Amino acid sequence: MVLEARNIFFRYGRQQPWLLKDFSLRLDRGERLSLLGPSGCGKSTLAMLLAGYLQPERGEILLDGQLLPQKRCCPVQLISQHPEQAINPRWRLRQVLEECPLQQEDLLPRLGIEVAWLDRFPRELSGGELQRFCVVRALLSGAPYLICDEISTMLDAISQAQIWQLLLREAEERKLGLIAISHNPQLAARISERVLDLSCLQQEG
Amino acid sequence: MKKIERAEESAFPARREGTVPLLEIMDLSISFRMYGEGLAQRVLEPISNLYLRVYPGEILALIGSSGSGKSLLAAGILGILPPNACQKGRLLYKGKDLNPERQAALRGREIALLPQSVSYLDPLMRVGAQVDGYRKPFPREKRRSIWKRFGLPMQTEKMYPYQLSGGMSRRVLLSTALLSEAELLIADEPTPGMSLEQSLEALRTLRQEADKGKAIILITHDIDLAASFADWMAFLYAGVTVELAPARDFREGTQALRHPYSQALWRALPQNGFQPIPGFQPYAGEEIPGCRFADRCPYQTELCRAALPPIRSLRGGEVRCYHGT
Repeated sequence: MVLEARNIFFRYGRQQPWLLKDFSLRLDRGERLSLLGPSGCGKSTLAMLLAGYLQPERGEILLDGQLLPQKRCCPVQLISQHPEQAINPRWRLRQVLEECPLQQEDLLPRLGIEVAWLDRFPRELSGGELQRFCVVRALLSGAPYLICDEISTMLDAISQAQIWQLLLREAEERKLGLIAISHNPQLAARISERVLDLSCLQQEG
Repeated sequence: MKKIERAEESAFPARREGTVPLLEIMDLSISFRMYGEGLAQRVLEPISNLYLRVYPGEILALIGSSGSGKSLLAAGILGILPPNACQKGRLLYKGKDLNPERQAALRGREIALLPQSVSYLDPLMRVGAQVDGYRKPFPREKRRSIWKRFGLPMQTEKMYPYQLSGGMSRRVLLSTALLSEAELLIADEPTPGMSLEQSLEALRTLRQEADKGKAIILITHDIDLAASFADWMAFLYAGVTVELAPARDFREGTQALRHPYSQALWRALPQNGFQPIPGFQPYAGEEIPGCRFADRCPYQTELCRAALPPIRSLRGGEVRCYHGT
């Protein structure tokens, strides 16, 4: 299985300069890639394009040669930088997880989630605790590809290591394709096999 | 990959005997009265037994996980806590009590906040005009030179806050703080969303401000940057100061640090093993009689669970632990 961006072009509005211009990327299942680059160079935009939240103006995003499906759970799941904005504030966390197509009880303790948290509302959990739910939700979707958009920048070093250790373990077991966006070169070197620096894109655009 | 350059070793000249700290906080606690189910009220105490000192010319980095009360502390120093908050303990500014009247007189003038959230910007005002404000002399040229240094394009002036990326708005906020003449600057998470180069430039700028004699409290998650640019580091765990240490101790590693929590933070960094300790920081509402770190601590004893250890001096720093050596 392979995820591909083929010669994609993207800009926010016709008056704006191209943010991504003739950009291509290829990621096999089981591969781990890190994206580095200054703010505003299009990392998060690329993440949203790959996960189907945005459509490229030209070019296409293909999974095994097919366009991403428009219905049901997207096989490319995005984990956001802001967990508090990615979870329905009026749902208890139990309900958030019940929405997932897969149900797997043993995942929760493995990800360090306590059963008592399931009855809480999102505002009653800290960012690090909430981010774990976002990771679980992405894993329970059964998606073969995960895109992690700075998922640990707002966390302290201990929570960051906790989340990444478990995510790497799951990625290994499930042979997930993983794209991690980060500003921290040490973290990028630790979690991925390949690092792609997007800063060059900006100069071209 | 650029290596983070080290701050020059300072010998803490400001910390000679008899010098008065610019800001000293002793046994500060901040609590909230909240509604639980129905009309039942409960009290949350996100900050307790907080203790720190900062001297002119120094950067003090405040390190702690989310929910350890860092941003709340900033609001406490400025006196802009919400009305249902209750503050206890002592705040001394230049050796004198920092009471609400004095806070109101000093904030924005002698004490400035570099806020964490982009929502502190006026959404209906163009960014350039907003940063210039009503200062005299009119700071446009100075502001433009700061922006140039931070790599902010000049068309940003005409933009509204919603048009900025995360990293851009941080740089805008930082330039606001640099234009102020404050002696104490509280920088609440100035770098998330910036690239490494941009963060380094931001921290270098703060370092220069400190070298000119300002005192800076740097609230951050980014321990690498803090350890490189700060003079002192204060480690908070669940709202309690657990260790005050010279930043060079953190650069040296676990043997130089005093508290098991700061040692655990060091080991969890990607370049130092990436090994997390299990467990979580206790919830802000939980009442814990003893040390708040005890549950996750390899050295815990019954004494730790019974009573909160007092803060004590140890090897040139301070630690709140019975076992620290």
